[in-house]
Amino acid sequence: MSPPLDAMRAAGALDDSLVLANVSRRRFVQRSAALGAFVLAAGLVPRARAADAEKFGADGMPHGWVDNPLVFVSVSEDGTVSIVCHRSEMGQGVRTGMPMVVADEMEADWRRVRVVQAPGDEDRYGNQDTDGSRSTRHFFMPMRRCGAAARQMLEAAAAAQWKVPTSEVQAKNGEVIHARTGRKLGFGAVAKAAAGMPVPAMSDVRLKDPSQFRYIGKGNLKLYDAPDIVSGKAQYAQDVRLSGMVYAVVARPEVVLGKVKSYDASDAMKVPGVIKVVAIEASPAPPPLFNPLGGVAVIARNTWAAMQGRKALKFVWDDGPNASYDSAAYKATLQQAARKPGKVVRNDGDFAGASANAVKRIEAEYYVPHLAHATMEPPAAAARIVDGKCEVWGCIQSPQAARNDVAKRLGMPVSDVTVHVTLLGGGFGRKSKPDFAVEAAVLSKAMDGKPVKVVWSREDDLHHDYFHTVSVEHLEAAVDAQGKPVAWLHRTVAPTIVSTFAANAVNEADWELGMGVVNVPFAIPNIRIENPEAVAHTRIGWFRSVSNVPHAFAVQSFVAELAAAAMRDQKDYLLEVIGPPRVVSPRMLGDTWNHGESPERYPVDTGRLRRVAETAAREAGWGRAMPKGSGLGIAAHYSFVTYVAAVVEVAVNAKGEITIPRVDIAVDCGATVNPERVRAQMQGACVMGVAAATLGEITFKDGRAQQDNFHQYEVTRMPDAPRDIRVYIVPGDYAQPMGGVGEPGVPPILPALCNAIFAATGKRIRELPIRDQLRT
Amino acid sequence: MAAVNINGKSYSVDVPGDTPLLWVLRDEIGLTGTKFGCGMALCGACTILIDGEAGRACVTPISTLSGKKITTIEAIASDKVGKAVQAAWIDAGVPQCGYCQAGQIVSAVALLKKNPKPTDGDIDAAMAGNICRCGTYTRIRSAIKQASGQGQGAMS
Repeated sequence: MSPPLDAMRAAGALDDSLVLANVSRRRFVQRSAALGAFVLAAGLVPRARAADAEKFGADGMPHGWVDNPLVFVSVSEDGTVSIVCHRSEMGQGVRTGMPMVVADEMEADWRRVRVVQAPGDEDRYGNQDTDGSRSTRHFFMPMRRCGAAARQMLEAAAAAQWKVPTSEVQAKNGEVIHARTGRKLGFGAVAKAAAGMPVPAMSDVRLKDPSQFRYIGKGNLKLYDAPDIVSGKAQYAQDVRLSGMVYAVVARPEVVLGKVKSYDASDAMKVPGVIKVVAIEASPAPPPLFNPLGGVAVIARNTWAAMQGRKALKFVWDDGPNASYDSAAYKATLQQAARKPGKVVRNDGDFAGASANAVKRIEAEYYVPHLAHATMEPPAAAARIVDGKCEVWGCIQSPQAARNDVAKRLGMPVSDVTVHVTLLGGGFGRKSKPDFAVEAAVLSKAMDGKPVKVVWSREDDLHHDYFHTVSVEHLEAAVDAQGKPVAWLHRTVAPTIVSTFAANAVNEADWELGMGVVNVPFAIPNIRIENPEAVAHTRIGWFRSVSNVPHAFAVQSFVAELAAAAMRDQKDYLLEVIGPPRVVSPRMLGDTWNHGESPERYPVDTGRLRRVAETAAREAGWGRAMPKGSGLGIAAHYSFVTYVAAVVEVAVNAKGEITIPRVDIAVDCGATVNPERVRAQMQGACVMGVAAATLGEITFKDGRAQQDNFHQYEVTRMPDAPRDIRVYIVPGDYAQPMGGVGEPGVPPILPALCNAIFAATGKRIRELPIRDQLRT
Repeated sequence: MAAVNINGKSYSVDVPGDTPLLWVLRDEIGLTGTKFGCGMALCGACTILIDGEAGRACVTPISTLSGKKITTIEAIASDKVGKAVQAAWIDAGVPQCGYCQAGQIVSAVALLKKNPKPTDGDIDAAMAGNICRCGTYTRIRSAIKQASGQGQGAMS
């Protein structure tokens, strides 16, 4: 553990006051072998061999989970408890939440807890791929066991010292206490002896009864990193400073899979402060993977000089196979595909037959453009190579993937690469793809191992994102005399994320279809879902809540359209389409994925979906009289094994300008670790949903993303953000499995907003962004 | 050579005069609390005080700062307003990723120094230049109100 800590200290991420007890390495649970070199979304992990039992949850992720206290916890002699956070912090509060779980079970005093960020090392820590809204639901139980085992070891050490039965010793708030004799010692006094105690076997770990929790579920702790954040001390990748470090910016091919034909660096070299100009080899062939895009780097004494040098470079580009990508033309291509049959991915009953006999048929088509993540911190990474070993510092959601890719690119064993995870200034899925970390390593090598920091500008970030897909969703329904749907057809057409990893992928993967298109839990007898093909022409990647964004937008907008056609209340109609409360296997809904979770432990519960819709509606005062130009809209969606509903209140003025006075959100994610952060995530997801609905669009022309900076890729600012966002958490039970929180707040916002606009104005928005569609 | 006064300390830096203050702070002096977000004064992540007025370090050439006093996030707690804003920020649980928050806090401090009891409209106007992609705006507003003694910065 010491080398990375030393390095973190060198980078200024830690101070030197912490004396760590010796942490030996002991595997608590023997896990199955690693599943493969890549750490991707669950769906991209090769399927378990037929002979193996299918694995779910954390068991199904590469490198699974670890719950060994000797890996995660150490106590110094002064009583400071250091707890390792092995997941990346990008604003979801994981560096508060996970250590809080350990501290609670351990009976540590939170005021004396130090959080230590783990480097990328999944053999040691278990899966670290921080995406898919998985950290809490996959690591709540391992971290509880870890904390409880640490507590038992401290108690055993005190018992041995006092020569009393272990059962008579109790840990409480940083102390071990022998009540009978009134003796007590601080954790620090028994830390050394405790580290030598045997780690209890999993079956001997005694977890607290939830009624004894002091931190879990209380929302009573402030964010661990807040004091550093508000004083400017927090360290992000953009902030890394290493001794002797130089700064690099890269001119990358503006078209994915394009190449540099030739370049002239003579003017760039004349810029004061420029040290060297280095070509980065382009990816050899599709798929793009996490490879750097290639191009030419300017290395300088500071970032500004590097940027000026880059401006002075002259290029002849070979734009390659995506040179003609044009998003306006591509939209028409997707629309054509959506109007013809495609690969059938779910077929209940007989859509065609039921449709032919129906009283009325309704159809609608929805469009959601490419989106960029636009994390406030543009990607950045620093690297150095010393004695043949490479160290990387980066804002990385997938540190093991970064480690593997750096090792591969440099031709080093993985064990010779260390990836330190800084704070992430936003992630949203962008920083799951560590192409920027590989760039830093390549450039350090080109500088003979000298520390190099690669700084991405906002333009780099918007031009070279792994973009959210672009989609056309075509829906048809046949309704009976009461206006109730008897047949439902949904064709979803969108380039798949798989295309980033497999050159010829043209259909959505099971895990994209399982994001709210095949698994609509509706009480409709005839349901047909099709997925016509779409060819990707740029790098497609995960964006917070992924395919749920377009799927939920289309499905929840269409239900509201059917309600309007039937002259019914939107909320009542939605509940009727969801149908009576029932527990359904996701497999019965054609969903073979279920966010990687067991279909038995995590069935789809329409009662829970109804409850969030009813809760949001009740709290929002659904049905209240609205002034002219104002309206309420509702949407409910199941994603990341969590149920979320939102009611958006919108006001549209005479000029067609939108304001959002209030949003009411109900979430059922099971029991919570940190309800305060659950609320924060729902509020943040709401603003991100509003940004995507009202403003977000990346367009392409001649293969190039057209938006350069925030004046062209606009995001929601304070005056246009919802003024009041109220969150209601459905109480959960710690005996039941937990759901995700980081992502599921986004999907209902876009349709709820557009449904509210319809209620306010009678205008139906089917193509995003809304931008000036309402302007008069 | 350019001379700048940052947080009460004088620095002499050997960079071309058109170099923006942002990169002098971050790369030359090592004050990384002031963040890079856009480079075009569009996002507010690099907000600093220039003689008490909010400015964007990413578009402020170092040559324009002679004789001026710069305050960055690292020294924002050196007076009562800065301290109150930081405390309110923590109390209201404002930050998520935190990257934009240095700029948000400096903008809030600049606002409150001029206008100790801002209305919602004043807050909108002063904070519109600061983007938060995590979407912490409702809590930023409560924290500003709390710091100005107008109600609670609730953690709801």
